[in-house]
Parts: sequence; C-alpha cells; structure tokens
Amino acid sequence: MKTFKKLFAAALLFLTPAVAMASGAAVHLDQAPVNLEDQASLQRGAKLFTSRCLACHSAASMRYNRLHDIGMSDEEIKAKLELPEDVKVGSTMQAAMDANSAKLAYGVAPPDLSVISRSRSADWLYTYLRSFYVDANRPTGWNNAAFPNVGMPHALADMQGEQHLVVENHEGHETKKLELATPGSMTTAEYDAAVGDLVNYLVFMGEPAKLVRYKLGMIVLGFLAVLFVLIFALKKEMWRDIH
Amino acid sequence: MNLLTKLVGWIDDRFPLISTWKAHVSEYYAPKNFNFWYFFGSLALLVLVIQILSGIFLTMNYKPDALFAFASVEYIMRDVQWGWLLRYIHSTGASMFFVVIYLHMFRGMMYGSYRKPRELVWIIGMIIYLALMGEAFMGYLLPWGQMSFWGAQVIVNLFSSVPFIGPDLAILIRGDFVVSDITLNRFFALHVIAIPLVLVLIVVAHLVALHEVGSNNPDGVEIKKHKDANGIPLDGIPFHPYYTVKDGLGAVGFLIVFCAIVFFAPDMGGYFLEYNNFVPANPMKTPEHIAPVWYFTPYYAILRAVPPMFGSQFPGVVAMGVATVAFFFLPWLDRGKVKSIRYRGPIYKAFLAAFVVSFVGLGYLGLMPATPTYTIISRILAVVYFAFFILMPWYTKIDKCKPEPDRVTFK
Repeated sequence: MKTFKKLFAAALLFLTPAVAMASGAAVHLDQAPVNLEDQASLQRGAKLFTSRCLACHSAASMRYNRLHDIGMSDEEIKAKLELPEDVKVGSTMQAAMDANSAKLAYGVAPPDLSVISRSRSADWLYTYLRSFYVDANRPTGWNNAAFPNVGMPHALADMQGEQHLVVENHEGHETKKLELATPGSMTTAEYDAAVGDLVNYLVFMGEPAKLVRYKLGMIVLGFLAVLFVLIFALKKEMWRDIH
Repeated sequence: MNLLTKLVGWIDDRFPLISTWKAHVSEYYAPKNFNFWYFFGSLALLVLVIQILSGIFLTMNYKPDALFAFASVEYIMRDVQWGWLLRYIHSTGASMFFVVIYLHMFRGMMYGSYRKPRELVWIIGMIIYLALMGEAFMGYLLPWGQMSFWGAQVIVNLFSSVPFIGPDLAILIRGDFVVSDITLNRFFALHVIAIPLVLVLIVVAHLVALHEVGSNNPDGVEIKKHKDANGIPLDGIPFHPYYTVKDGLGAVGFLIVFCAIVFFAPDMGGYFLEYNNFVPANPMKTPEHIAPVWYFTPYYAILRAVPPMFGSQFPGVVAMGVATVAFFFLPWLDRGKVKSIRYRGPIYKAFLAAFVVSFVGLGYLGLMPATPTYTIISRILAVVYFAFFILMPWYTKIDKCKPEPDRVTFK
C-alpha cells in the first residue's frame, strides 16, 4: 500500500507542471474594481448603462425593478434613469434601437448584455471599454486593442476623448500603446472610475442573486458544520461496541 | 397493540414490507471494515435523488424551445423564487455525480469488487455509468448556450463517421440535418423521462444484485466464510443502524463540499459551467475552442489522439467507445489470486497507478486545444490506458501477491 501511495504522489507531481503551463492570456487585462457591496457605484453604473448601452444593446433578462437590490426605489428608478412614459418598472431592459437597424448599421446585431459579465470576465470588459482608438480604416472610425476589428464604435468617446494606437519599435520588439490624443469631458482617472462603475453594474446584472447566494451559503455551511459534529458524535457512540 | 403496529401488520399481510426492510436494511450484514472509499455508493444515490428533485422543479419553469430555452434559464436564475438555487444545485449535481461515480468505480478497481461473485453488480454498475453519460450529455444541450450547441454538434457528428450508415444515423439522432429545435425537444424528453426512468430501475437492480452476493470490503475476503450459529457473518454488522449512521456522516461531509460549490463557486472556474455557455447558441458562429465538460474529456482526448485513417475519423470513435466499454470486461481480465490492492504485488500497483495517471492526464488534455506536443502526450497516455486492460490477464497472473488474511482486518 505504501509503494502505491508513493507512486500515486509521484504521478500527481508529474502532472502539475503541465497544469501550470496551460494558463496565460493573449491580451493583458487590467483588473476591474468590482465591489458588489458598493451600492453608490452600482447605481452610477446603472445610470451609465441605461443612458448609453441601452441605446443599441438590450438586457432582456433584467427587469428595472431588480434595481431594488442595489438600493433604488421605484420612484428613483423612474426619475434617475429617466424611464419613458410607456416603460414600466417591471419591464425588462430593451434596446432603444431595434436589432435589425443595428445590424444594418454595424454589421452585427449588438449582443444582449444580461449575462455579458459571465461569458466575458469583468477584467476583460474593463479593459475593452478603455481600449477604443481612432482607426480610419474601420467603417465606424473606431477600433479596439482588446477586441480587434470590433463592429462597435466608441459609445463613451465624449467622456474618454480620442485615443491613438502608438506602435514603438525597440530593437525588433514591437510594443503597442494607447495614447490620449484629444481629451474628453473627463480626466483619465475619472473615466476609469466611470467604466469601473459600469463594469461593477454589469457584474451585478450578470447574476443579481449573487450577494444573497453568499449570505445564504454562510448560513447553510454553518448549519451543516454543526450537523456534522452531532452526527460524528452519534456515529462514534453507536459504533462503540464494534471491535 | 397500538394503531401503528396494526397498520404495519395490515400492510405486511398484503405486501412484503417487514421482510424487505430486513433483507435490505436491518438484517443486511455488511463487512465492518468499510473505509473512506465506501462512502461513494450511498453518495451516488444521494446525488441521484438531488438531481431528480431539483430537476422536477427546473422542468416546471424551463422551456424546451430553441427560441426560449436560453432566456428561460435566465428567467429561472432571476424571476423564479429560489430558481438560481435550483439551477446551481442541478448543475453542480451533474458534475458531482461524476466525481462520486469515478471514485466509486476506482474503489471497485482497488479492492477487486468486480471479481466473482460480483460480476453482475459491476456490469449493472457500468450500465448505470453509460446511462449517466447519456443523461449528462442530453442535459447539457438544454441551456442552449454556445457550448451546449456545439458540444452536441461535435458528439452527434461522431456517429456520422460510422461506415455506410453514419450520416443517416446522425440524422436519426438529431431529427434534423443540424442540431436544432427538434434535437432540443427530443433531448429534453430523453433527459427528463426516458433515461431517468431507466437509471432508477437499474440502480434498484444494482442494489438487489449487491444484496444477493453481499458487499466486498477493503481486504477483499468473503465475510460469508465465517458465520456464527445463527448464520450471521462474524465480520458482518447490520446495515441499519451502523451504516445508516456512518453513511449519514458521509452524506453531511459531502453536502458541505457540495454546498460550498453551489453557494461560492457554482461555475468552478469554468469547469462546471463553461463561460461560453452564457452566450446563446448560434449555429452560424463556431467557437474557436470546443471542449466537452470535464467528465467526458478523458474519452475526448482518446478520440483526438487516434489519427484519422483512410480519411475517416471512425477509428478514433471506435477507440473512444472501446475505452468506455473496457471496464465491462474487468471481471474476466483480472487473473489475480487476491482481490484487494492490499495484498497485490508491485506490478499490479504500478499498472493501476499508471492507469490513474493516464485517466487524469487525458482528462486534462481533453480540455486543452490539440497542440502537437499535447497530441503526442495524449497518444502515450492512451496507450497506457489500453495497456492497463489488455495486459491485465498477464500482469495480474505473474504478480507476487501477499497472503490474504482469513478474517477482515479492523483497526
């Protein structure tokens, strides 16, 4: 049995370098400041999302009144997010532009964003939304360093300003850098914070029940831990006469 | 005589209630020396119940329609009371079912539980395993995400590589020329009624067969050889209350792990719920990298390891099929004098360890894109995998076994 255990351990050791080698991303991603407890940030993100993203994208699984979960009342949702008269707080978030015209304009139908933070990571979204640059070769005039030749134009250009892609050549080593050419209405730090809020909101929208899940999880695990101790004692007591 | 005793008596005159309880629970004598590995049988039963119960409630809210399936899953996640919990329990349950089953099978291999007289217990167990793979595969299509769609597309296409009848066979399975709404509907029917029904029936058969021959144990010696004056095995203890309480302990321990995943990491870093499956199925857009869910990847790696021959992928498909079916033959491949790994010689231990490495290694490689290096490693591991089975009659025979004890060892 001992030799078997040794062999087993050796086998596992042999496998670990292969596992370690496998990870590694192509595009460098910046870390998104996600904090689902920060309701002010989530509300700023919701405002930015509904005023900008919903112009073309939908979030068809998300109801406006789910924003109760981030501390907004029905009145606040209507007033702060400037809901049109015909949109009820119980409605799902629909795009202002219809999918067919959007497809004609950009070549692809803008994807629904309900669960975008679950297929794309928060870090990817945070990097992507800060990586648009001016590119005259693209039909929209915009390109993206994190998502080359993306169909989407820079929807937040007035806030961030215009970036240019600068390619530097260091002894045959190409490095690509984005540089702000024309400033927008925000400083870089302000823009990063706004995108941070937006990504935070997208993460919330991807799974609104996440915080409930964590909270309930602690209670369930606490209960099971107590149960485990009790049943362990019961088992020990019942097995006492087995020799 | 109180009312309850009267009621039980009334039923027992008409139905074998007490005798069934005695035969399978209170007077089923199990060896007293079960160790950690013996938890996984009862845990598999627990997961089956969890899956059926959570599945019933999911079915009440899910829509098996290509237009609405993806959205109905998100509806469950958001608008159905406790829907997110049901969905995560079910998705975690699918993966944990395979964790438990793989460990349960490995237990059987370590202690020779498939050997005479338990061949049929083992074979019925293997049928359960195959049914479970079908159940998991069809269930994975239902969320109708990109991985659901393309995973099903890839697997069903395997059948089209069968010579002569292949293309027609694939159409028969899909009910269409591509995976479509029709495929989704029939997979839903098979997933929620046909296969679960079969599963429950063969699980019962698995238990009935086991209780007929009695459980094996970590020493691999028969406890029925030594009985007391009443015909009760000296090393046996009644399943109830001894193993009901011990398996109860195992169940709570398991639930701690299970709930930790459900509540804190339901996607398990993309292994239990793949990230790309949060993108709705799009038949016009093939994902860059299609990987099956982790529990199928050892076989998927074997499939990819076999090079196409005569312009056909069929040899790889055959290798994959043989790899899954090989377990069926273990009772007749093993010529060892002892059952348990405790008394086996070094050769068997080395082969079993190599098999575990190949299975885990192939599982890992099946998740990765097929680079030339990875393909070579897959081929080596696939050879090791098959060598374990093919060479078994030889190496189990020449191996130097230690003498088995007469009675089980306990503490």
